[in-house]
Amino acid sequence: MRPFKYSTTNDINVAVKMLQVKGHAKLLGGGTNILDLMKEDVEHPEELIDITGLSYTQIKSISSGPNAEGISIGALCKNTDTANDPIIRQNFPLVAQAILAGASAQIRNMATNGGNLNQRTRCSYFYDIAMPCNKREPGAGCAAIEGINKMHAIFGWSKDCVAVHPSDLCVALVALDAIVKVMGAGGKERLIQFSDYHRLPGTDPQKDNNLQQEEIITEIQLPKNNFASKSYYLKVRDRSSYAFALVSVAAAIEMAGNQIKQVRIAMGGVSHKPWRAYEAEQFLINKTPDEANFNLAAELEMRNAKPLKHNKFKVELGIRTMVRALTQAMNGGKHT
Amino acid sequence: MKEGNENLRLTEAEKDLFNQVMPEDLAEIVTGGIQRRHFLKLLTVTGGALLAFQLFDNHEVFAQSLITNSTVGIENGVKVAFMVNGQKKQIEVDSRMTLLDTLRERLGLTGSKKGCDQGQCGACTVIVEGRRVLSCLTLAATCEGKSVTTIEGLANGLELHAMQAAFIKHDSFQCGYCTSGQICSAVALMTEVKNGEASYVTPDIRLPGHSLRLSDDEIRERMSGNICRCGAYPNINNAIKEVYSGKDVPQTWQFSS
Ligand SMILES: Cc1cc2nc3c(=O)[nH]c(=O)nc-3n(C[C@H](O)[C@H](O)[C@H](O)COP(=O)(O)OP(=O)(O)OC[C@H]3O[C@@H](n4cnc5c(N)ncnc54)[C@H](O)[C@@H]3O)c2cc1C
Ligand code: FES
Ligand code: FES
Repeated sequence: MRPFKYSTTNDINVAVKMLQVKGHAKLLGGGTNILDLMKEDVEHPEELIDITGLSYTQIKSISSGPNAEGISIGALCKNTDTANDPIIRQNFPLVAQAILAGASAQIRNMATNGGNLNQRTRCSYFYDIAMPCNKREPGAGCAAIEGINKMHAIFGWSKDCVAVHPSDLCVALVALDAIVKVMGAGGKERLIQFSDYHRLPGTDPQKDNNLQQEEIITEIQLPKNNFASKSYYLKVRDRSSYAFALVSVAAAIEMAGNQIKQVRIAMGGVSHKPWRAYEAEQFLINKTPDEANFNLAAELEMRNAKPLKHNKFKVELGIRTMVRALTQAMNGGKHT
Repeated sequence: MKEGNENLRLTEAEKDLFNQVMPEDLAEIVTGGIQRRHFLKLLTVTGGALLAFQLFDNHEVFAQSLITNSTVGIENGVKVAFMVNGQKKQIEVDSRMTLLDTLRERLGLTGSKKGCDQGQCGACTVIVEGRRVLSCLTLAATCEGKSVTTIEGLANGLELHAMQAAFIKHDSFQCGYCTSGQICSAVALMTEVKNGEASYVTPDIRLPGHSLRLSDDEIRERMSGNICRCGAYPNINNAIKEVYSGKDVPQTWQFSS
């Protein structure tokens, strides 16, 4: 690992200022991603600013404003504490399940929510500094597009990058229309819709998201919803635990009588950003929640997939995972 | 004068210094000796100020522990004061030092193992502030004021921790490389279960935590962050079941007669 300066602050404005002034400084949350990448020489900040002392660690109800009755989750709150918060488990079980589907107990104990959003792709060519990668080194080329791309994107990729975003938590957050609250220069805060937070690669895949260099995530807000009794996060991977998703689906349903009133479907492991399955959602509104309809919806969505050489299986797997996740959601979201 | 054969007898302070500057060579120097002029040359190269470096904990010279408030010699040095297995430690580390390397190379606690150094195996699992974490992805600098428990800190004197005893009874290892991580992980798991924390396979995540039952599936999922290359999983499972239930779980192995 290259030498770097370690500093710490419990004042967010100081942290923002440091990012602003020092172009080569980066934030340190739990460190589970950035340290790994620094060991591999993929990231080489000259300074790490430890922000785990900032006060954004709480989970609390929002009392006023556009998101009243929703919940605010601190960016510095640990993944484990988020998943086990009684309000999250009761009212946003999809979020708890998605967190618990990721990594291991040890890593979730260390990882912060902000760090989870900003974790970088696990594309093996991104990790291997001997290989060309536009995300790591703009203009170098993409080794994955013609390489072993089993783990890569089937939606929204560009000729410059076929990497996928690895987070499970983010799949649940995009499904539930979360909002990312960030603090910027001069104490200026802004809210970003979760679906606008991460980016598709386009011609500048080095940018994973729309955060400015000096901005820090402070909170994730979840609007109130009626999905708690019918939601499920299903993750399919090469082994049954402690592995990144081949495909995952977050499904949430609200019924009106025996028809679907509202439905949210998002997929992980398929794109550069957590992928909202809008077409499948549209199809299911006012339909009965049966397997035939789930299948039609999933096929409709996956029709748009553009698989690569080694990940054609993700299309059929995506259909089956979506149908199963929706079915489990209808069954009360229990793990079976 | 046969200068080349002149063995060097290091004072404790000098040993300390070597330990600081070239720890990998210390053992060789102590047993094999080196030429004094090389030693002197080294001092010139690294800066005479290091000679002032006399503060050390007598008990731990060979455990490679340094207690110092000097910043000379360590680029981006960070001072950390933390508790390790109930003992206060005060050291200065390079900002790049992980907790794992600090434990093993500075504090002589080699029980925690380095399997992958990338968060992928769990061999380095230790307990920080009551929670299991990966010491290979924890910077020592972030441990200021924290309390760390390693495999060395689990037993009470000669009395093994219940989880250690259960691992022995159930033969929960073969080569043993993953074992210290497995045991630390399993010990922390007991607390997580007591606190009602959920896992991905918890049947109904919305039910309050105290309804939790630690099934075999739950144990497997919750221990999935600890890889065992020897595949001792069924026996690890049995050891954890025994400690969790407080009831005897029969061994699946016997000594041959
Ligand atoms: C072996 C292994 C397996 C894993 N498996 C999974 C998995 O299956 N599913 C999954 O979802 N994840 C998985 N992960 C990833 C893990 O969830 C992330 O590494 C973790 O969530 C990152 O959080 P952190 O706090 O440790 O981030 P850090 O490593 O501290 O930071 C990551 C990035 O975020 C930035 N950052 C941190 N906090 C903020 C903030 N508040 N505002 C702005 N930027 C910030 C940092 O500067 C850095 O660039 C795995 C990780 C490992 C090592
Ligand atoms: S050495 Fe830390 S997880 Fe492998
Ligand atoms: S006992 Fe050999 S790796 Fe687990």
